[in-house]
Formats: sequence, structure tokens, C-alpha cells
Amino acid sequence: MYRYDEFDHTFVKARVAEFRDQVDRRLAGEITEDQFKPLRLMNGVYLQLHAYMLRIAIPYGTLSSRQLRMLAHIARTYDKGYGHFTTRQNIQFNWPALSDIPAILDDLASVEMHAIQTSGNCIRNVTADHFAGAAADEVADPRPYAEILRQWSSVHPEFSFLPRKFKIAVTGADHDRAAIQTHDIGLHLKKSEKGELGFAVYVGGGQGRTPMVAKKIRDFLPEQDLLSYCTAILRVYNLHGRRDNKYKARIKILVHETGTEELTRQVEAEFAALKESDLKLPEADIRAIEAYFTPPALPERAEGWAGVAAARKADAGFDAWLRRNVVAHRHPDYASLTISLKGIGEVPGDASDEQMDAIADIVERYAFDELRVSHEQNLVLPHVARADLKAVYDALVDIGLATANAGLVTDIIACPGLDYCALANARSIPVAQEISTRFGSQARQEEIGDLKIKISGCINACGHHHVGHIGILGVEKKGAELYQITLGGSGDENTSIGEIVGRGFGPSEITDAIETIVETYLANRTDQSETFLDAYRRLGAAPFKEALYGSEAKAA
Amino acid sequence: MKILTANRLTDGEAVWLAADHSWAETIDLAEIARDKAAEEKLECTGRAAFLKNEVVDVALVDIELADGAIRPLRLRERIRAAGPTFRSDVGKQARPAVPHAA
Repeated sequence: MYRYDEFDHTFVKARVAEFRDQVDRRLAGEITEDQFKPLRLMNGVYLQLHAYMLRIAIPYGTLSSRQLRMLAHIARTYDKGYGHFTTRQNIQFNWPALSDIPAILDDLASVEMHAIQTSGNCIRNVTADHFAGAAADEVADPRPYAEILRQWSSVHPEFSFLPRKFKIAVTGADHDRAAIQTHDIGLHLKKSEKGELGFAVYVGGGQGRTPMVAKKIRDFLPEQDLLSYCTAILRVYNLHGRRDNKYKARIKILVHETGTEELTRQVEAEFAALKESDLKLPEADIRAIEAYFTPPALPERAEGWAGVAAARKADAGFDAWLRRNVVAHRHPDYASLTISLKGIGEVPGDASDEQMDAIADIVERYAFDELRVSHEQNLVLPHVARADLKAVYDALVDIGLATANAGLVTDIIACPGLDYCALANARSIPVAQEISTRFGSQARQEEIGDLKIKISGCINACGHHHVGHIGILGVEKKGAELYQITLGGSGDENTSIGEIVGRGFGPSEITDAIETIVETYLANRTDQSETFLDAYRRLGAAPFKEALYGSEAKAA
Repeated sequence: MKILTANRLTDGEAVWLAADHSWAETIDLAEIARDKAAEEKLECTGRAAFLKNEVVDVALVDIELADGAIRPLRLRERIRAAGPTFRSDVGKQARPAVPHAA
């Protein structure tokens, strides 16, 4: 993985010292809250309902055991013994004191981490496929490019005060696990007919109150033009993006109002001027960054095949876990696996300090010291020998993290919602817990098959509800929580925005409504191979409306 | 009826303005404003505390009295007064004698 060089160390240390001084001056009353707020946000510090919240960047979701142990240490020392992994592959701590945050940032800097640009109207943490560098279907590892973008975008003088926040995601496989079409810029790493690496470039995707699927504005951008082209996009956005209305300030609105064709023309014109500038990436520089991501040497471990076959026969839990949480690795003796942070009835994305420490031990011992955070709020071990899968599974059972539900109905994304968040209108986590408990039976979940439920506690859509196969949006109506359901959303290579199915449901009705939808799917699917999403796309909303609202739906 | 709430600058702790003009860490100690004049008095004290950098995010909260106890009308404020609704080991509710929000 990427290691800080002298410049990076000096830069992050200087930033911590600067923020320590800003915090000291704020606590001494030398600067006002209005002056301080943008400064703290640039360092990932929010104020929520109960306390401050610190959001720490995990570039493209990649962590070492040493970094994970430091996160455990922070949870234990400065917070309340747990952290929350987010849909931007980051981690949040919900209870730090402002006065402790400089010390936390010092600790983070000691393991090459920081919280810079995890908030504010700047380029946020660049995300990537959580199976990057390991997936059997990958063209190339997207993370070197994500790292190049990270370096380029960190305190970029021209792009630190954009009209609004800006999110970039990169995938290196045709099957998009990074949801690139819901990003401000989505990059699909691919090979040209000549075998050269480059990107299909998507612009203007996003969720929030105006969800939009990104538009492809380039079918193939050579890799050396990555920064000049992204600069061209950002420059057009910075110049023309709306600053008069926060809700219309994302690039998706600019793309929509300008038109894809005209926006593409503007970007291409800017790109033509930049193409041969200093932004052109020298081949040697790309390969130098790529070298940091050289996959671990994977010795032949063919004995794993027989071992796994015997172990799964003897242990039904292990068998289910293999079915759901283990995916193909490009090396046949290895696998990538998902550590579900979605235990039945548990809080999606939360991990305790003890769990983080125990996972760090597993990562070090069995996973070549590499861990990923997925945007689905799970953890991923990208490289594990099949021969070690049973040992890893047993270790996960010991810490309560062996739930075999990756991609199933209980693998729910949920934002923190009204239990923590100052922006939320309704709770998300308790809704996720209740649905998870209702569908907790392993047999029932597997019978239902792949189904992504995503829950947001307000229209900002941090829980990605627009692209949930079943999306749930919490709103406040007449002082009470109300949950709107959308159906048919998807955040992959066939991205679609879910459609509102009808009137909302109260907190005591929402789980029943979800069950009605699931039962309707089961009753109408052609067979078990037709997933919920496929069935919805074939059937449309009508049978679901009928099941949920009956005669009311007919009258409407 | 209203009370005045804020978050303490140093640690973000949710606090409420008490009758003695201190910032209480639990809602039961909040001073209740029963008319416009009392509300303005609360706001005035809150503004002064904000300017003295003691607290941030100062706001009036609508409440009712339930069996003599202060109960915010909005769930958001009940959650601030108690803690997350899905775990009782964090937030004010982890202290003795603070009821859960929902």
C-alpha cells in the first residue's frame, strides 16, 4: 500500500500543528465560532446532536493492521469504545472532545492518516472498488489512480472552495462495485483495443435531494491525461457551478442545466488547453505510484481446496459464510472475503475497539496486512489463502463478526440518522435493526437472495437510499417520523434511481411494509435465479403498490 | 413552554440553561420560559454565553411537562437529552436517572 514520503509526513504534521493552534485559539476565545467552523470542517470535525464528530479519511478504503489498531486506540482512549465505518469508506467517531482532537490527529499522523478534506466544499476522499487488486474480474488496480487523485486534490489551491463538495470514485472492473455513476466524477478503468490503460469518464452523478445518474462524457481517456482531464472538469464546474443556492450547487445540476453535450464541449476545450501541460502524467510517475500497490507475493496454497471442502461439509455456518461472504480471487488458491459489520439486529457499520484489535490480528496473520473498508459499511480482506479461510472464519466467530449475509436483505446500509446527526429528520439505525431482526433467519435470507436495502434519515441520502433495490427515506411529518419507500434503485454498472412507491409508513409499520414487498417479490419471481432487482425491472411497481396499498392503489 | 439548549464549546456536550445561569448537563435542570418575556431573557443569556465562547449552537426548544418532568416536543431534542435510542450505554441515559428518548 501507499507509504508516506518525507513530503507527506511534513505536510500532515504541519497541518496538525496548524489545527492545534486554531483549536487553542478557539478555546481561548481569540477566534469566533463563525471563523472557526470552516476551519474545523476542513479537518473533519462536525458538531452533532450529542458531541463533536470526527471523520477520518481512509483513502480508497485501504488500511493496514497498524492503522486499524490506532483506530481502536482512538476509540478506547478518546471516544466511547467504538467507531462507525461510513459509505465513503471512512470512519467516524461520535464522541470526541474538541480539546482532544489535536492529540487524536497526532496519533493518526503517526500511522500515516489524517482527517483532511473529509468535509467542506472540496474534493473528498477518493473511493475505489473494495476488491481492488484482488478481484478475478479486474482489468487493473484502480487504487494507484485514486492515490494520484488524492495527492493532486489534497489542499489543491484552485479547488479548495468549490461551489459544493466533490466526490470521485474509481473502478477497475466492468462490474462496478464502487458506484461510480452516483459520483461527481466516476472513472471506469479499462483497456483500449490497443491494450492501453485509460478511463471511461462519467460526470454529474449524485444522490441527495436531486438524484442523478452520471453522464458518460468520454469513452476512453488515456491514463496520462487523468489529471488534466479532471482539472478541466473541475475548472468548468468551479467557474459555472451555482453558488447562489446550496441545493443546486453540485456539478450534477450544472450538467443538467447546461446539457451534457455543451458541458462536454466546455470540458474538452479546457482539456485541449491543458493536455500538454505539467499535468500530463509521466509514465515513470504512474508506474512509481503503481509500485506501492504491488500485490503481495502469493505462494501456491493448493491444499486449501481440499481443506475447505472438508471443513464446509462439517460446519454449516462456515458453509453459509463461504457462499455469501467469500468471492473469487485472481489467484485460484486465494479468496477475498467480507467481514460483515451487519450482525443480525446490530448497528450497520459499527465496530468496537476490541473487534478492531482482533481484526488487526487476523489481517496481520492471514491477510498480508491489508484490510479494506467497503462503501457498503463492511470490511474486506482482499487476499486470504483458501487454506486459511476456516481459521479466519473461526477467529471472526469469536468476535461476533462471522455473519454470512454479504449482499443479502440484512446487509443494510444505514446512515447514522437522527440518533446522532444534526441534519437528520428521522432515525435510520433502529429501522435497519428491526428489518435485520425480522429477516434474520439464514435460510430465509438466502431464499430471498441478493437484495440491497439502503436507509437514509434525511434527503441528503448518506445512506444511499436512491440506489437501494429497496430504499427507505426517513422524513419528519407533523413532528413524527415517516418512512418513504423507493423501489428499483441500483448503484452498479446499470445504475438506476429508485421510484417512490407511494405514501410513507410510520416507524411501527415500516418493517411490515418491507416484508410485504419481499413476499410480493417471492410470489412473483420467475424462479430463484431472478433477483429482486430483475423482478422489479420486469414487473414494474404495480404488484408492489397493490400489495402495499390494495384498493387505495387502484383508486390512485 | 420553552427551554434553552446549546452544546458546550470544549467537548460538544449537550447542555441546557439552568435557573442560576449555569449550563446543566441534564435537561431536568433547565429553566422553563412560560411567556415571551421569559423566552427573550433565556435567549439573551444564551447569546451572552455564546459571545463568551462557553457554548455554540444555542437554540430554544419547545417542551411540555409530562408528570412534572420536562419533555421536548421534538424527538430530535428528546434524543439529545437522552442519547441514541438503540443503545443505552452512551449519552445522558447512561447516567443514573435519565430516561430513554423512545
